[in-house]
Amino acid sequence: MWTLFTSHASEFFTGFGWTILSSVIALIGSTILGLGFALLQIVPNRFANIVGKIYIEVVRNIPLLVITMFFYVVVAKVLNLNGFVSGTIGLTLYTSAFIAETIRAGINSVDSGQYEGARSNGLSWWQAMRYVVLPQAIRLVIPPLGNQFVNLIKNSSVLAFVAGLDLMYQANMISQLTFDTFGPYIIVAIFYLILTLPLSYYMRYLENKTDR
Amino acid sequence: MQDFLQAYSWINMRFLLTGLWVTIEVSVISIIFSFIIGSILGVIRYMKVKYLSAIVGFIIDMIRNLPLLLIIFFTYFALPRIGVHFNVTVSTIVAMTIFESAMLAEIVRSGIKAVPKGQLEGALSNGLNFYQALWHILLPQAYKKMIPPIVSQFVSLIKDTSLATIIMLPEVTFRAQTIYAQKPMEIIPMFLMLAILYFILNFTISQIGSYIDRRMVS
Amino acid sequence: MQIKKVAGLTLGFLAAGLFVSGVATSPVQAETAAKNQTYDRIKKTHTMNWGVKGDTKLMGLTNIRTGKLEGFDIDMAKAITKRIDPKAKPELTQITSGTRVPMLLNGNIDAIIATMTITPERKKVVDFSEPYFNAGQALMVMKKSDVKSIKDLNHKGARILGVQGSNSIENVKKFAPKAKVVALPDYATALTALESGQGDALTTDNSILYGMAVDNHNVKVVGGNFTTEPYGVAVDKADPKLTKAINKAIDEMKADGSYDKLAKKWFNDVPGMNWKEVTE
Repeated sequence: MWTLFTSHASEFFTGFGWTILSSVIALIGSTILGLGFALLQIVPNRFANIVGKIYIEVVRNIPLLVITMFFYVVVAKVLNLNGFVSGTIGLTLYTSAFIAETIRAGINSVDSGQYEGARSNGLSWWQAMRYVVLPQAIRLVIPPLGNQFVNLIKNSSVLAFVAGLDLMYQANMISQLTFDTFGPYIIVAIFYLILTLPLSYYMRYLENKTDR
Repeated sequence: MQDFLQAYSWINMRFLLTGLWVTIEVSVISIIFSFIIGSILGVIRYMKVKYLSAIVGFIIDMIRNLPLLLIIFFTYFALPRIGVHFNVTVSTIVAMTIFESAMLAEIVRSGIKAVPKGQLEGALSNGLNFYQALWHILLPQAYKKMIPPIVSQFVSLIKDTSLATIIMLPEVTFRAQTIYAQKPMEIIPMFLMLAILYFILNFTISQIGSYIDRRMVS
Repeated sequence: MQIKKVAGLTLGFLAAGLFVSGVATSPVQAETAAKNQTYDRIKKTHTMNWGVKGDTKLMGLTNIRTGKLEGFDIDMAKAITKRIDPKAKPELTQITSGTRVPMLLNGNIDAIIATMTITPERKKVVDFSEPYFNAGQALMVMKKSDVKSIKDLNHKGARILGVQGSNSIENVKKFAPKAKVVALPDYATALTALESGQGDALTTDNSILYGMAVDNHNVKVVGGNFTTEPYGVAVDKADPKLTKAINKAIDEMKADGSYDKLAKKWFNDVPGMNWKEVTE
């Protein structure tokens, strides 16, 4: 196992790098998009609410693989998107729907008296959101949001389907070169755990803290 | 437009729907198994049995933090090397069950934990032993609250069966790929149909889930 | 404090995981299967499990109308099965270039007949029958492309599509070392990727490429073959008796003309292909 690792170290680390890059881009992108769609669902405008709802329901109910493949083989005919970009876009859109739901649930669980109080003190809708509701909501949603990020890192393995150069792709390539179906996957499993385990444990710690 | 409609010929649709049936079959079996196993593991983890809970917790944490794709590869390529042989369908079911049981165990554990402490203490002081209290008091309340996360986990499971295309499970995504590889003109209609089929399936399940949730709460 | 605890827990689990996996691998490597188990099982249960392609026209392709697999490899598999054991029924399992060897070694399938080139590297892990088909690696490009041979792709920025686990992508490193290889899971995805502009060319064996070009008029095969790719049936090294039986079956088929008949059936009408050449 160790020799397998050292003889293919550059591939493993390349894969690790692409997995991290894809995850970070998707994390930032999906948080922004998710926040946008969460707000779209609660602004006092029926049309915006419906648009937000449709986006979330559609994206949430379709597999990530299908979304990614769509970008890789259909959208790429018009725009030039390689596997890494298609995969990262797919990951961003898919995760954004879950983040939107998480944030919306957080906003809803903030006591409605807070919002009404803010409004009756003369704050606009946006000010009430910005200064009263969102700061409290964000504290509530950090643990579930963290779990979404763990899912995001795990889901980045979808890049392997579209030659996205990530960890899973490298594991496949090394496995087929060496005819070893065990070692490469154990090694990438460790790489994934290095990313996901600390995040998971930290989120559980935060959850326990808020429970108390 | 003609091309577009031709893509939905009976021949193609029959091919796709056969795949959808595989998706449903694999999902339902995996849901049943992972619900049972996940519940047991979740309870074990909640109970803090010496050693056992720690070991179970360790395994659950490992599995929960790995990509499902990796677990599918493991069950299909690594398990046979220690003498366990499965065909593609069974492999997928086993991989899904392993992964989803771990996910559900965590939901069950935090669900039981969320039941107010007084409930357990009350039950114990009324003469019930721990298992009776668990079965009659804690679990029913916990499950009622857990319906939304459990249902969304099941929806995830259905979507995730598409990952088994990598080991050539002839489910609906795989079949759509087979069609559009042979008939490149039908690629957009195939993606549209895939989206529609998954949406109908998953949206229906979500709606049923929230209906049950509303009934239970009121 | 808490960060330390998280880091400690993570490290602890990783170490334990490494240990467990180390323990798990050791007996696997020591395992030696009994000789000729597969051959004896085929004779006993009258079923033979073949790993075949489902995404390559002419060789092994899923028919959408019937849901069944068909092609030269499929017909060969059926004919060989009958000659090994007249009572046996062939079971067909669809595989990809990436999954076929592990599946054979794991015992999920008894033999591979799936556009598999006999190479020295593969001979180290599996046994091959004598060659039953002579393919050669070629290039496929979009109709409007001006790429004429693999040499045109030996520059930085060129992207060559291939399939994971095929030796075609290894050959690219020899013939066009400057080009980037984009390896996809299967031929269905690779062909779609070519059409979507994910690469400048798709490379694999001419037999597979000609099959793709039969129904697809947006693409063309160019440049002729730049390697020779003799196909063989792959069998586990622990089953020399099965390899022998397969060789005997192929010889018989070549002698009594049934082999030529199959080759003619599949390749006679394919533009650009000469069935006599590939079966020499």
